[in-house]
Amino acid sequence: MKLWRSWVVAQNDLDVFAHKKYSLYSLVALPAVLSVGLPVMLWLLIQRNNASALEVEVLLNAFAFIFIVLPSLLPTILASYSFVGEKLDRSLEPLLSTPATDGELLLGKGLAAFLPSLLATYLGAGVFVVLADQLTGARVGFAYFPNAELEAILMVAAPLACIFSVEVNVMISSLVSDLRAAQQLGVLVLVPIGGLYVLAETNFLSLSGVSLLVVSAFLAALDLLLFFLGRGTFRREKILTEWK
Amino acid sequence: MIETQGLTKRFGDLTAVNSVTLGVGEGEVFGLLGPNGAGKTTTMRMLSCLVSKSEGMATVGGYDIGRASDAEKIRGLIGVLPESAGLYEDLSARKNVEYYGKIHGVAQNRRDANIERLLKRLGLWDQRDTAVGSFSKGTKQKVAIARALVHDPKVVFLDEPTANLDPESSKTIRDVILELKRDGRTVFFNTHNLDEAQRVCDRVGIIKGRLLAVDSPARLGNLERHRRTAFQLERLDGDTVAAVKRARGGGVEARGDTLYVDVEDPLRDNPEIVQVLTKAGGRVVYVTDLSSGLEAAYLRLVGESR
Repeated sequence: MKLWRSWVVAQNDLDVFAHKKYSLYSLVALPAVLSVGLPVMLWLLIQRNNASALEVEVLLNAFAFIFIVLPSLLPTILASYSFVGEKLDRSLEPLLSTPATDGELLLGKGLAAFLPSLLATYLGAGVFVVLADQLTGARVGFAYFPNAELEAILMVAAPLACIFSVEVNVMISSLVSDLRAAQQLGVLVLVPIGGLYVLAETNFLSLSGVSLLVVSAFLAALDLLLFFLGRGTFRREKILTEWK
Repeated sequence: MIETQGLTKRFGDLTAVNSVTLGVGEGEVFGLLGPNGAGKTTTMRMLSCLVSKSEGMATVGGYDIGRASDAEKIRGLIGVLPESAGLYEDLSARKNVEYYGKIHGVAQNRRDANIERLLKRLGLWDQRDTAVGSFSKGTKQKVAIARALVHDPKVVFLDEPTANLDPESSKTIRDVILELKRDGRTVFFNTHNLDEAQRVCDRVGIIKGRLLAVDSPARLGNLERHRRTAFQLERLDGDTVAAVKRARGGGVEARGDTLYVDVEDPLRDNPEIVQVLTKAGGRVVYVTDLSSGLEAAYLRLVGESR
């Protein structure tokens, strides 16, 4: 596998995405709303309900999980376009007739969805940390973020969740012929990740080093499995002859 | 450069391409003619390693299309223009072409030189930084041709390269095909356009599921003995028509001031008919060979295969 060729594919897809302003708006809007909305919600809880420092800390801890959910949601916007979009634009046939292998194409398209999604997640996390500390610092008594758990989420779990979502979405994109179907099916990736978030919010799962290690190991195993599954299910002929 | 032996493709119960055997030499321009659904695109896709074969064998540049390890090598030495240009509409002409140069691993100096040469040759250099979405169909097709050629492929596959294009764009593309031939490249193209095939192809194959004939356009045309010539007269009257009917026996039809006559050998028959017309007092204004030999051969072969 020639990595430089995957990077060429990724660069081209990034260039194409950069011209799709509605995708860009979606990519920016979701992290912006969550990163601003969640700290503001906490501030309102403090102001109106007089939430205690402990309650605020528990919520801050749970909200940090959103940075596992976010990088798994954002790729659905871009990765669902990967092969379906190319098919709709009829640019897939010339691309498939180049020497790029299935693995190189999948990796390139995956990178193109992964990088902006992770970047948007990090920018959102930056805004979240600053706002959360500003709005809750007085009640908690110290700047809650950054802490080791959030760093582990951003450095390990978020990229793994993003890879998981990218792989699922790129794979779906190569198997279905309709952009809406790709996006709708792609959202299914949120079921396991969303489940984690619900467990965190309901205090069944707390944000600790051990729980993060388990979640990360699970995601890493899934990522590896999906890469090979994606290569195995990628069929140039099916894409060209069975899509209408 | 291209060899096929009994090449067959089935989609379920449908046999799209049935036991095609042909050879295309290095530097040859080969045209595959056939009606819609005749298997032209499927043949091209098999040779480009885009779809698998069901039976038979084929090699491109000495590599076997049926061997997975050869597919990447074949794709590296071919340039493909599919039926639809399939460009990235938001990207410029230069970026569309450059992407394919990069993906084929062409070094930057050579890539830049090739892009400039091709875009200039196709009259696109001044529009190189314009998004292709704003281009006409003909201009998009030219960008797609440049994209197919940016890595100097040894074999070029073109699927209906001039379909629905204006005459000027069609001529540019025909000229490029002839230039590729002069450079020693092998060109394999699908077309409905018999006139175009006659102008640029060294040999043509007529396909309708199976390959019905392969030869040079001239030789295929010469095999046809049933052709039709139109003789337009200043004024056509009943006596003149009767004179020609007497001389020819049959196959004569009058419409307005034009007489349509079935001929076997235009070179022999047309002067004789002009002589009869003149003797009968007619004044011949134009003589037009209505059906090209290739067209007649094509229609007969495709018709017989029904």
